[in-house]
Amino acid sequence: METLPVFRFVVSFSYSGDARSSRYLSDAHLLGLKEVEGIACADLYFIRGHLLEAELEQMAARLFADPVVQQIEWQRIDNLLTEMKTPGVYQLEVAYHPGVTDPVAEQIVRAAHEMRIPGVLNAATGQRFTISGRKLKELDLHILARRLFANPVIQRYVVGSIEPVFAQPAEATAQVEEISVHTMTDEELLACSTDRRAALDLTEMQAIRAYFAAKGRGCSDVEFEMIAQTWSEHCVHKTFKALVDVNSASPSSHPIQVNSILNTYIRKATQEIAAPWVISAFTDNAGVIAFDDDFEVSFKVETHNHPSAIEPFGGANTGVGGVIRDVLGVSAKPIAATDILCFGPQTLAADDLPEGVLHPRRIFSGVVAGVQDYGNKIGIPTVNGAIWFDAGYTANPLVFCGCVGIAPRRRHQRSPAPGDRVVVLGGRTGRDGLRGATFSSMTMDAQTGEVAGASVQIGDPITEKGVIEVILRARDQGLYTAITDCGAGGLSSAVGEMASETGADVDLVNVPLKYPGLSPWEIWLSESQERMVIAVPPANLPALGELCSLFEIEMTDIGCFTETGRLVVRYDRRVVVDLENQFLHHGIPQRRLTAKIPSPASVFPPASRCPELSDIFLSLLAHPNIASKEAVIRIYDHEVQGGTSVKPLTGRGNGPSDACVIKPLGTGGNTGVVLSNGFNPEYGRYDPYRMALCVVDEAVRNAAAVGVDPDRLAILDNFCWGDPLQPENMGALLEAARGCYEAALANRTPFISGKDSFNNEYLSKDGKRQSIPPSLLISAIGIIPNVNQAITLDFKKPENPVFLLGDFQPSFGGSHFALLFGTPEGAPHEVPLPSTCAPALYRAYYNALGLHGVVRACHDLSEGGLAIAAAEMCLGGQFGLQLELPKGREALIQLFGETAGCLLVEVEAARVDEWLEKVAGFPIYPIGRVTLQPRLVVSCAGQQLISLSIQDIAAAWRTPLTQGQLES
Amino acid sequence: MKPKVLILHATGTNRDHDAALAVELAGGFPEIVHLNQLRRAERRWSDYQMLILPGGFSYADALGAGRLLALDLTIYFAEEALSFVNSGKPVLGICNGFQALVKSGILPDPDDLEPTQKLTLTHNASGNFECRWISLLPVSQSCVWTAGLQELIFCPVAHGEGRLMLKSPAVLDGLRDHDQVALVYVRPDGSLADDAYPDNPNGSTAGIAGICNRRGNVLGLMPHPENHVLPWQFPHKSIPPYGSGLVIFKNGVSFASQF
Repeated sequence: METLPVFRFVVSFSYSGDARSSRYLSDAHLLGLKEVEGIACADLYFIRGHLLEAELEQMAARLFADPVVQQIEWQRIDNLLTEMKTPGVYQLEVAYHPGVTDPVAEQIVRAAHEMRIPGVLNAATGQRFTISGRKLKELDLHILARRLFANPVIQRYVVGSIEPVFAQPAEATAQVEEISVHTMTDEELLACSTDRRAALDLTEMQAIRAYFAAKGRGCSDVEFEMIAQTWSEHCVHKTFKALVDVNSASPSSHPIQVNSILNTYIRKATQEIAAPWVISAFTDNAGVIAFDDDFEVSFKVETHNHPSAIEPFGGANTGVGGVIRDVLGVSAKPIAATDILCFGPQTLAADDLPEGVLHPRRIFSGVVAGVQDYGNKIGIPTVNGAIWFDAGYTANPLVFCGCVGIAPRRRHQRSPAPGDRVVVLGGRTGRDGLRGATFSSMTMDAQTGEVAGASVQIGDPITEKGVIEVILRARDQGLYTAITDCGAGGLSSAVGEMASETGADVDLVNVPLKYPGLSPWEIWLSESQERMVIAVPPANLPALGELCSLFEIEMTDIGCFTETGRLVVRYDRRVVVDLENQFLHHGIPQRRLTAKIPSPASVFPPASRCPELSDIFLSLLAHPNIASKEAVIRIYDHEVQGGTSVKPLTGRGNGPSDACVIKPLGTGGNTGVVLSNGFNPEYGRYDPYRMALCVVDEAVRNAAAVGVDPDRLAILDNFCWGDPLQPENMGALLEAARGCYEAALANRTPFISGKDSFNNEYLSKDGKRQSIPPSLLISAIGIIPNVNQAITLDFKKPENPVFLLGDFQPSFGGSHFALLFGTPEGAPHEVPLPSTCAPALYRAYYNALGLHGVVRACHDLSEGGLAIAAAEMCLGGQFGLQLELPKGREALIQLFGETAGCLLVEVEAARVDEWLEKVAGFPIYPIGRVTLQPRLVVSCAGQQLISLSIQDIAAAWRTPLTQGQLES
Repeated sequence: MKPKVLILHATGTNRDHDAALAVELAGGFPEIVHLNQLRRAERRWSDYQMLILPGGFSYADALGAGRLLALDLTIYFAEEALSFVNSGKPVLGICNGFQALVKSGILPDPDDLEPTQKLTLTHNASGNFECRWISLLPVSQSCVWTAGLQELIFCPVAHGEGRLMLKSPAVLDGLRDHDQVALVYVRPDGSLADDAYPDNPNGSTAGIAGICNRRGNVLGLMPHPENHVLPWQFPHKSIPPYGSGLVIFKNGVSFASQF
């Protein structure tokens, strides 16, 4: 390369304490680096080429700096002055590794040429961090750089001034390794699985050996990696399909042997309910139900737990991006996102942090920022979610990302024909996320963060937005015959799945790369984001090319579908994979597991103390699982696409909505979609069976509260569990699955999609396993016939009566009261059991909504019990409530015990008779009336027990999530 | 005949369909057009009577929100964009579109297009992206988009860089002197929000939510009136929505009909 001048521009804010710098400073403190006193960020731009001073000035003023709030300086890099060293002030600079795609640099060159400055040949970007701290050590700077400023997978850093590297063409290496798997001993097989982090057990490795021994050859590394990925827990769900021997002390409700949990419990419920409006369940990238005669809606919820534990921003970011592609994979337009997040205690002392684990506060802030970044930029409203804190999630946070899509009915194609081209659309391929599918199937330990660094992916929502634009148009023009997304396992998984009924022959040499040096197995397995694979009849390639060029999306033809029943992968014509579909997709031996059915817990923590009712009330309101999530909800765009009718926060006081209601743009009539969720691992800790019953009920009653048609409601399951090889874990799993089956049948809510994540465990250095509590998320999606009639939780009018509707059975097992104060003596101590009348009751309530204007507000009873539900309705409406508890049970039990199957309903005063007629025959208690005076007053038998102003209630409820106490 | 409305789609634009719906309900004929279609001359600026630059993250916000779209407007499409503005046809920049209009110099005044901006839109005072419903008071009577509007407008904001900051206090006097303060943030009761968070959600100087050019045909604003054009979009189910964002689009469409 000719030696050309290189110019370096430094852009910083002209005021101190800009948002980005402040955030880095607080993150540095979260890392435990309290000695850092200040961080100031600046952006670096490097330009290579012969340029005039006037051109440099023009670029500085019009391209790089905002003249009102920023300052800029530049100089030729070979004239760089060594800055005077100030004691206690350090400079650290970060830039991309050579060859990593730098989208901003590409834009700079394009923009400079647009500005008629053709002398700009190359550009590069970087960041400068000026760090101050008198007590800082050199080592601290490196910790900051590695953990905060630079992502080692794509970036490098120096203390001082960094040298820019400019883009070069990216070429792969053709290196393929041969593995003599056909002649290995059992020990060698196991060593091979471990060395390659394949997470395959001996039986599975033996099956691979047998296959290749019969062929009389070893396998290539590409073949081995592909089999490991295809057979991973993540892709094939071997635990849910395993043959499970059931071991129970007492007579159990399970058969002695369960052959596939999926077929015995989850799918079975869907088959037995046989709802005609279910369009696709468990067979495609997402579950699909009918919206109306013209449209269908799809829903998928995925987890991205392991990546989020290591790199919270990137993990959550790509979790959102991944589930959006799932919905795109059923040819639907993504219209809403949901996020349920679980973290460790935010107040955890640094000394109590397990080795190699990020602090829960850092995970929290990173994950939330990752969700925000992807959802907001791609323009999909984040409308429903939950945040749960528990010590069990310290080393293993959970990140559930959901996406809803809408599509015209009967437009989705899913059968590639032999001869159709295999076309990759979207982002370029790098090393991101390698072995993610197998990595997510492993237990974490202190080294995981270092070893699995390469598994962290980097998201690019704008590219994915372009992919959406292309796919939706290609769908409407009928350009493809099958589609799937590149998720875990990358091209290997996507092409492998699509070709599983036919066959395919592809060549990797043309796959566009982000940077040089990838070997064929890396290209094939890479989990680089923002890529879709579609099957395109050759005649349609020009039309597809036209669309891609309009939206500036890269498209690559890598081969064709065949009818050979074989998957052939080449690199520059040389065959590197040649496997039969039969072996690849059906050759995995069924797992055999043992389950030990747990007895429901009988011992509960006894009450340590029992403060005044008002104090209990305020402590519960401040509990992070109950306290306001507004600080998080507001940073998500929940309005984009203009369809959000019932928003996550409702009423003048921003009460927490039970469910979200969306009217998708472009659909006719008033029909809308309702989204809700149910989640309570605290119940799972004591009784996984009842937890499942309760969380299905919670998802259903949340949706019911806002006005879903209970006969048009479907559910999704997401199990996050510990190691399935532990019989106790499997026992808890079977119990939860049984609960899912029974609850789905009772509510007539079919499962349409599900996902599982195992090995959410941390292995500490002293060999102790720490597993998350059994965590089952139920997400619900249903239809509301008229969005104008949706009901929200905020109280609407003083003097209206309030009813408690449902079989009110307050109990304390797994309750939030018990978390803070223990189980009160003499109070029911088991996990709540939903009443058998609940499903019929939700239908009666739904019928009452047909009398427009009778029901004015509704909220369900959940964590914290009746008192919290009442408080949230007051908060939302900014009205008070005079609450009169029914006699017969202790006030403490009624106020703070938790129950399933109950709703608190505000009814229009003049229309109480109509209401009572509609819900006749169900348990119902007139329990209070709305008051203009903003006070919540609780009394029982004429005696006043609590009197708190809504202001005081709001103050407790608005306790920052980072400050609240989880347990006493 | 319904006026044809050009809704500009740059890579990363995401509220184009929302704006199209608002235009449709206001009686216009919207067409979402990708910049590349204009570059290839498959579409022509002059065929439209109104222009909307919708919200989103054009060019992924590379080099700052709206910066690169601003370059397209002032360099690649300098002639077309400026002649559109100078023809007096209505132009609306919402959120990212507003940022582009400001960074291109089209706002506050296309007549003194110079490399140094007088005002900018930068990071919210809170340091965070924020999505919430706010109340707006239409102020300018010379702005074709807000002239004659009496009632408050309720609609959401959803942005991280919407804080209007001025190069000097004199800029504010200039804006006021020329009736260029189009919309200000107010409390729900209609009193001025000034700096009070969250009614002024981003810390904008003088509570300014939107400004227009001197001629009054170009309006830029951070909030999203296109997300309150139907009654069920309004969050407070207890109060009937007595003001909505649709009036802005109706004003624009009715003004556009003359061209």
